[in-house]
Amino acid sequence: MSLILAAESLAEIIRDTLTECESCSVAIAAIIHVALVGAFFGLPAGIFIWAERKVSARIQDRLGPTRVGGRFGWLQSLADGAKLVQKEDLAPAAADKFLFRIAPYIVVIASFAAFMFLPFTDGWSAVSLDVGLFLLFGMLSLEVLGVILAGYASASKWALFGGMREAAQMVSYEIPMSICALVPIVMAGTLNLNEVIHYQSADWIGVIPPFLHWNVFHPVAGPAFVVYFVCATASCKRAPFDLAEAESELVAGFLTEYSGMRWSFFFLAEYASMFLVSAVAAILFLGGWDDGFGIVRSLKGSSTDVLAPSVILGNLIGAAVLMAKASKLVLLQIWVRWTLPRLRIDQVMTTCLKYLLPMACALFLAAVVYPIALLVWTGRPQLLPRLNNEQVKAEVLTSSEVEVKVAAADGEVIQ
Amino acid sequence: MNVEQLLFALFALLTCAGAISVVICQNVVRMAFSLIVCLASVSALFFLLSADFVGATQLMVYVGGTVVLLIFGVMLTSSSTLLQIRTSPAEGFLAAGIGVLFLAVFSFTAWSVDWDANSDRIARVTAVDVPPQGYNEASSGNTVRPLAMAFVGLRPDKGGNAAGYLLPFEIISVHLLVVLIGAAYLARTKRRVSADTQNK
Repeated sequence: MSLILAAESLAEIIRDTLTECESCSVAIAAIIHVALVGAFFGLPAGIFIWAERKVSARIQDRLGPTRVGGRFGWLQSLADGAKLVQKEDLAPAAADKFLFRIAPYIVVIASFAAFMFLPFTDGWSAVSLDVGLFLLFGMLSLEVLGVILAGYASASKWALFGGMREAAQMVSYEIPMSICALVPIVMAGTLNLNEVIHYQSADWIGVIPPFLHWNVFHPVAGPAFVVYFVCATASCKRAPFDLAEAESELVAGFLTEYSGMRWSFFFLAEYASMFLVSAVAAILFLGGWDDGFGIVRSLKGSSTDVLAPSVILGNLIGAAVLMAKASKLVLLQIWVRWTLPRLRIDQVMTTCLKYLLPMACALFLAAVVYPIALLVWTGRPQLLPRLNNEQVKAEVLTSSEVEVKVAAADGEVIQ
Repeated sequence: MNVEQLLFALFALLTCAGAISVVICQNVVRMAFSLIVCLASVSALFFLLSADFVGATQLMVYVGGTVVLLIFGVMLTSSSTLLQIRTSPAEGFLAAGIGVLFLAVFSFTAWSVDWDANSDRIARVTAVDVPPQGYNEASSGNTVRPLAMAFVGLRPDKGGNAAGYLLPFEIISVHLLVVLIGAAYLARTKRRVSADTQNK
């Protein structure tokens, strides 16, 4: 079975327990994966739209939604959605109708597809690939394409300006963002996101708490986190970089001609990709599912049974920890949006090309040189004493091998 | 017919439909969109063949490249929006001739491969186990590690002394650097000293 259906382990479990049919089990596993990832795609987006309204209201000394679903307006996003579904599906007479209609779908599908590669907790990801991060960024660049198509197909000058600005911004901000994401990759020696987290997860060593192993506390990766996060904010078209929809100059930029469900697809994709880039930041720099005090590690222990209660509990706590970290970063993005004024387009370009890009290059160079310098002066490539990378890899490798064997043995017993 | 064959048929069809639509469409942006459908389907075919790194690169490079193409297509070719491009019959004949020749070369190559002799090799490459989680071994279809090793001249998969691709890799890198510097030199703003002094 090939990599595109990397629903391998779940598919095998289903084949062994429910049905003998190979294609059926793969299909069932794929449906379960899509449903789970879809829940993680849709739910945070709804919650963050509500949070944006509440936080912006509080920052501006207002109350925000207070009526729908109780005192805090919990169900405001649902009410908004119901309102948007009822609206008429309009397309301008001059527009390229086909591209105009398809653009929101491209944006949503690209954002959704990028979620496939996120490891929500140790071993719980829809697709675990060695090119995980690379592919994720490829998917994100597809999302920009949808925005540009929307801007062009609307046949409106505001929309075209918005689309062109988005294209220019994306082409330049993609570079420092990828280079900064390379810093933890170079440190961990892998593009596999789950392995990057394993690199940052450690046990207590005397009184040194495990969270000091997170990349954000590393002298090179710490600044890289800041640069990455600025670029990630720009890549989500968030203020102060929301030049693509700058409502004070361009009405609503590429969104000008959209209404109803198609408009809300863009909105959904924006909040989902905010969550996505925040989750990637949490994975690369903040230890991902590692809680920082060794709780997940001690719960999971060296157990090889994926269905043991302690392992499942550890995984659930890990997923909650990752969600909490990503949500904090999303709240930070919301806070920044309602605090800072929008930059001009030339300032956006200057920020990227004259400041962020050289900083990213210097940090990448430093990430390569720093371990070598430490190795020369102190005799080990990190400041903190820890297991070296090969030991971590070997440990993970053996546990996955054992799982495969256990699954095979179970299959034999059932047969 | 299993899931993989079904997906292959789907993506092969999408690739062909995208390619044909690039030729038939007369609108620059629609052409670019069809090109993306075609190239993205090719990347999906790479994934079906377990070439994950090539697939990801296809997606990243070609989609990014097409976006830039789109910008220039819109900014440089059309004076009004939604411009139509018309081709003359002579261009059509020329393109059709080249296309048929290409098709002939490709089908000749495909038919001349002795598939039976290579069947065990193909089976070895495609029958891969993906570990459920964590560290994926190089041999399990994750192609990044062997590719990276081969680029720096090490071939652990082919035994100690097999040749890698260090020299081609370095040549291409230097070539790209030269192209970048050349592009930056051509694109830089020229100082018109004489014009300024005349204005003053």
